[in-house]
Amino acid sequence: MSTPKVRISIMDKRYEVPQGLTILTAYEYAGYQLVRGVGCRGGVCGACATVYRLEGDSRRRACLACQTEVQPGMNLAPIPSYPTNRPAYDVATIGDARRAVVNAFPEVQRCLGCNACNKICPHSIDVMGYVAAIIAGDLEKASDLSFECILCGMCATTCPAEISQPNAALLARRVYARHLVLGSENVQKRTAELRAGTYTADLQKLASSSVDELKKLYAAREVKR
Amino acid sequence: MSYPPEMQRSIDRVNASRAERVKQNVPRLSAEGKKALLESYHPDYRSSGMRAIRVGPNRGDRAVNEFVDILEAHPRLSPERIDLSQIDHDVDVLVIGGGGGGSTAALLAHDAGARVLLVNKLRHGDSNTIMAEGGIAAATEPDDTPMLHYLDTMGGGQYKNIPELVMTLVTEAPVVVEWLESLGVMFDKIPGTTSILTHTPGGHCRKRSHSCRDLTGLELMRVLRDQIRSRPIEVVEFRPAVELLLDEGGRCAGAVLLDLDTKQYVVVRAKTTILATGGMGRLHPQQFPTSNHYGATADGLVIAYRAGARLTDMDAVQYHPTGVAWPEQMLGLLITEALRAHNVQLANVDGARFINELETRDCVSSAIIRECTERGKGCATPTGMQGVWLDTPLVDQLGYPGKMEKQFTGIYKRFREYGIDCTREPILMFPTQHYQNGGLLTDGESRTNIPGLYAAGEVGGGVHGRNRLGANSLVDIFVFGRRAGLHAAHSAKEVQLGRLTLDHVLRHEEQLASAGIETDRTSPLVLPDYTRPETRFRRVG
Ligand SMILES: Cc1cc2nc3c(=O)[nH]c(=O)nc-3n(C[C@H](O)[C@H](O)[C@H](O)COP(=O)(O)OP(=O)(O)OC[C@H]3O[C@@H](n4cnc5c(N)ncnc54)[C@H](O)[C@@H]3O)c2cc1C
Repeated sequence: MSTPKVRISIMDKRYEVPQGLTILTAYEYAGYQLVRGVGCRGGVCGACATVYRLEGDSRRRACLACQTEVQPGMNLAPIPSYPTNRPAYDVATIGDARRAVVNAFPEVQRCLGCNACNKICPHSIDVMGYVAAIIAGDLEKASDLSFECILCGMCATTCPAEISQPNAALLARRVYARHLVLGSENVQKRTAELRAGTYTADLQKLASSSVDELKKLYAAREVKR
Repeated sequence: MSYPPEMQRSIDRVNASRAERVKQNVPRLSAEGKKALLESYHPDYRSSGMRAIRVGPNRGDRAVNEFVDILEAHPRLSPERIDLSQIDHDVDVLVIGGGGGGSTAALLAHDAGARVLLVNKLRHGDSNTIMAEGGIAAATEPDDTPMLHYLDTMGGGQYKNIPELVMTLVTEAPVVVEWLESLGVMFDKIPGTTSILTHTPGGHCRKRSHSCRDLTGLELMRVLRDQIRSRPIEVVEFRPAVELLLDEGGRCAGAVLLDLDTKQYVVVRAKTTILATGGMGRLHPQQFPTSNHYGATADGLVIAYRAGARLTDMDAVQYHPTGVAWPEQMLGLLITEALRAHNVQLANVDGARFINELETRDCVSSAIIRECTERGKGCATPTGMQGVWLDTPLVDQLGYPGKMEKQFTGIYKRFREYGIDCTREPILMFPTQHYQNGGLLTDGESRTNIPGLYAAGEVGGGVHGRNRLGANSLVDIFVFGRRAGLHAAHSAKEVQLGRLTLDHVLRHEEQLASAGIETDRTSPLVLPDYTRPETRFRRVG
């Protein structure tokens, strides 16, 4: 029994591909050895963002080609690259943390609240919500709302205010984590011990142990859950 | 789509056994039990999948066939075609491969005052690093020590690890976590404290893995990439290295790149070179599916080997126990070990457990293969795969309602795309190629045996012995990426390069001929080709 075929278009050119393929594997089935528009193939790198329309449907949609199944009547256009704005900054010395993102990306204040970004985001991220949080100086909220952003840039392609949202969100998270959250005391305590050489002798002893000795120590160690 | 009826019947058995299973204690394997399991079922022991390498520094060593094929292949670009007198980039430090290892090396080299060029095959950051889910290991908890981390790493690696490298790894791991926090990485915190939430991946004896939800690699990679953009570090994309350059004295002196858009070659002269090209998953060793990104084609190993670099443990490949076996569209995709750390169980077609889920990866994978082959206890899919169940509904049941969706959002969403609600139904797993345990042999400063050539990250070998522990790779790439970057920058200050040559490539061709190897294969592979044979047959030019 052969798999039923689906008619799709890739950049307006028609192909028939087996039902059930992802869009990415459909490109390959059609004969493309992909160079651009492909990355992790696991839905986290944002390289395979694709816009499409369904035949007879006015709505423009976006998806990740590696995560989405082909549907009949899709007309697909990969967006392997899209220019965005990233001003020069250094997170370590960025100054007033709460205003840092608005200062670096003043265009966020032009947000019209039109919801175009939320409509197109293939990851269902509340882009407009995090932009509002950035404007309000609430970087914790902006960080939380934007955390899953894979920087595919689809929101930036549709924004009438020409905001490069993923870049602003990235700066928001970095500033939040660096300046508004305290570093781990456990980690700092341990690195101080390491710098003071607290473990050096014990480690050297271990490193010069025979495999048999190591095996005994390994078997005897307490495994905590 | 949801599960087809024959799979649903097995799921009913998994649901039925859950209440009893949760209370059941499956004992850990003894050392002898482990050995027997691995020797009978681990793919590394399948002699048909391996052969001896016939040329170069590791002649006689065994490795998976798919890798030997590309070691014993002709160069992609004929050396005669390349004019080495026209130099396109002239830098102190060349970094090849901008995943986590290469990006870290580039940053540290730049901090140390070097002029740095970072070259990428795909976009900067499209890598295995960005895919990491679970976390990064470091002994930072009060009840943990670097010594315990050392023991776990050695035991996991079957004591074949290089002690000096492991010592460096465990000593610098906490420093790396501190460094990443200072760059603005959002680690998960225990609410109301400064502490990072840690968990225990398989083979570790303490809570030691630091994560950023289930998107740790994404968070690390986007921060590193952004940090590089804050610096005058030159980054080029879609220009993979396809050959290393040596000078007439045998020092590594840069690389030849191939521009994938214009098909031109590009010559880079560099005083020191850091290889950070990652792993080999896209070679599909022993025909396994892989969890790796599209660019994981072992290019760095191939070009370094041709230039005379030594490899180690190339017969030790890691197959991660929990790769997706169904739906077909997600085949090979990794399901993080963190789920098992949260007490999620494995169950066979009858709903019965068959291994302690927190054994090391090599053992859990072998046990799954045993269920799916000899014991006939795998669940079959309509596409002819076999798999065992990962009982994901336990996440919410043992935790709190909504925990799966909150802490494992990525997994939850991906399965939902295919009509599977993993908070109510288990998901089907089979081992997937995940990590290259071996690689280029390096010393504690990340130096290979070729002067001027460093290796950092998955392309290197020796740190993890024959089997890497979960969360130990992310720490490896930062620890050794930092060392490589620093050392390469400092030593570049003293280097005087001689005339550039590709004579080593001609010598490789001679070796192929004298070993009687006839092949029309060329390497490095650069990109996998997933088009159909029919397409390739008709392709012209
Ligand atoms: C799905 C998944 C989940 C994982 N989860 C974890 C985890 O939770 N914890 C953990 O510790 N480890 C984990 N690992 C392993 C870990 O992520 C990798 O081993 C590690 O990130 C490798 O880093 P790297 O910098 O060495 O290589 P990569 O990150 O793979 O970077 C190599 C880069 O080099 C590029 N490249 C390749 N060839 C060339 C060339 N010829 N020229 C130029 N550039 C080239 C590649 O495209 C890539 O960008 C995971 C791996 C995968 C695949």
